[in-house]
Amino acid sequence: MATTLDEATTLDEATIARDANRRIRRSGNIAGWAFAGPSVFIVLGLSFIPMIWAAYLSLTDSNLVSSGHFIGLANYAALTKDPLLRQAFTNTLLLAVLYLPIGLAAGLGVAMLLNQKIKLIGFYRTCFLVPFVASTAAEGLLFGFIFDPDFGIVNAGLQAVGLPRQGFLQNPSQALVVLAIVYFWTQFGFNIVIYLAALQDIPQEVLEAASIDGAGRWSKFWHVVVPTIRPVTIFLMVWGLIDVFQFFDLVYTTTKGGPLNSTLTLVYYIWELAFNFFTAGYGAAVAYVLFFTSLIVIIAALVYGRRHRVAL
Amino acid sequence: MTGEQALLAVPDMALHRARIAEAERRMRRSGWRRHLPQRGHLVLMPLSIIMVLPFVWMVLTSFMTNSEINRIPPTILPHHLYTGGYSMVLASSDFPYWFLNSLIVSGAAVLAQLVLCSLAGYAFARIHFRGSSVMLILLLATALIPFQLTVIPTFLIFHYLGLINTLGALIVPQLTSALGIYLMYSFFQSFPRELEEAGRIDGCSRLQVFWKIVLPLARPALAALGIITFIYAWNDLFWPLIAITSSRTFTVQVGLTTFQGEHVTQWSAIMAGTALTTVPVLLVFLVGQRRFVQAITGAVKG
Repeated sequence: MATTLDEATTLDEATIARDANRRIRRSGNIAGWAFAGPSVFIVLGLSFIPMIWAAYLSLTDSNLVSSGHFIGLANYAALTKDPLLRQAFTNTLLLAVLYLPIGLAAGLGVAMLLNQKIKLIGFYRTCFLVPFVASTAAEGLLFGFIFDPDFGIVNAGLQAVGLPRQGFLQNPSQALVVLAIVYFWTQFGFNIVIYLAALQDIPQEVLEAASIDGAGRWSKFWHVVVPTIRPVTIFLMVWGLIDVFQFFDLVYTTTKGGPLNSTLTLVYYIWELAFNFFTAGYGAAVAYVLFFTSLIVIIAALVYGRRHRVAL
Repeated sequence: MTGEQALLAVPDMALHRARIAEAERRMRRSGWRRHLPQRGHLVLMPLSIIMVLPFVWMVLTSFMTNSEINRIPPTILPHHLYTGGYSMVLASSDFPYWFLNSLIVSGAAVLAQLVLCSLAGYAFARIHFRGSSVMLILLLATALIPFQLTVIPTFLIFHYLGLINTLGALIVPQLTSALGIYLMYSFFQSFPRELEEAGRIDGCSRLQVFWKIVLPLARPALAALGIITFIYAWNDLFWPLIAITSSRTFTVQVGLTTFQGEHVTQWSAIMAGTALTTVPVLLVFLVGQRRFVQAITGAVKG
């Protein structure tokens, strides 16, 4: 008698507990989706749907206005023979090569200087970050003026010290380098701030221990600082690559891809294809090639970074 | 026994101290501590001036007449504050519309992201709901999808929605963002649970807990999110350039680029326009610099 009663109450408690659990879980489901739903819907809706749509578009001859006909892989076949695409590709890679190593090294250098309990650090950080924060479009216009062959201050300066005036953004062999310099100027502060945060995280004891073991300034830099901040270097490298692969604003506001396509970048080319020449299908194909290329480069950078860190 | 120990310990301690003193001397000699800070200014000062000099030049030029700008050798300081460039921009172009449009779009983006990103970030950090981990991974994965891949279909979506050439086309994609959700998510993960639990026990609903207890304490994270969103929305050029075709609906960034062709020698007006475009974003940055730096460095570490 007593045992059955006992069983009944435990059963009851179990069901009550299960019921409560289920209710809590259901209320969690409702609340969770109510809170996160709008964001999830917008972000995923505006990324994965267009991504699939772009894949389909790349198989059509859509001209943006009409959806076009299915033409299979013809766009992809055409882009292997596209000299402009090759040019855009080369230019984009060249920008990365011109900017990334110097951008990271200089960023680390300045961050090291700022990490010395130096005075005026707030002032310096503000100065370095202003070009990063201000709009790239405005900066493009500004540097179009500064490097203007006729009225620009740079040519005036060159002339003042007796050097020949340069074409800069109007010279096919100089324009991309000038853009890389301007780009360096816009991104410098970001690299500095990120590196500075990483340096501040290195425990002082580690550096002191290295000193006690007889490490000099350089060996401390190479054997303690550089390996410790390697993850941040990889992050900045990947970030820089993503950013260079999206290089548009500066080109649009200065050279529009010219002169002689010397500053044509991949995104500028995609924009032209889709919204100027209305070859949206082909533009989507180029965008997909860019997407996979950048993905491969990023993964390669990550793998390289990881292997390197293990090796050290 | 104890004396023996002390005897053994003494030379050891002396050696230890000597080593530390030697290391300190070496550190001082190497200049790691002492010289670099002072020498640092020799590099940092000119460099930081170079970083802001273009903006100084922009402001100076915006107050010059075109004949001053075209003079060879160039004028460095304007003779008097010529405001013709500014009046040209403000009175005989659509600049006031552009500025207002940019304020509307950026303001809407900030408000929407403060609400939507914090709600979503809170849900992912705190509420166990079906599919939450998959959704979070998918959201973060979208960071790998470059906008130029999705821009053509995005244009078509907004075309079918009838929003092309309206500010709606600019606001909707900025209502929320994966980065913003991630920022708030990592903030709420490090947020003490006890306060919320107390609120729940006192009978508050989840929304009440969120609104009355969590949000007021999340002010630092919200400030960072708001600043980043404003700067990003204000500076965007690529999407507005595609989505907007009529001048009065332009944002400042798109409007500015139209100056190039039109006023090709009107550098004074162009520089006045770029100066006016840069001011709001610089104000926001200067006011919220600390939060901005915390957010971008925190996002990297987290």
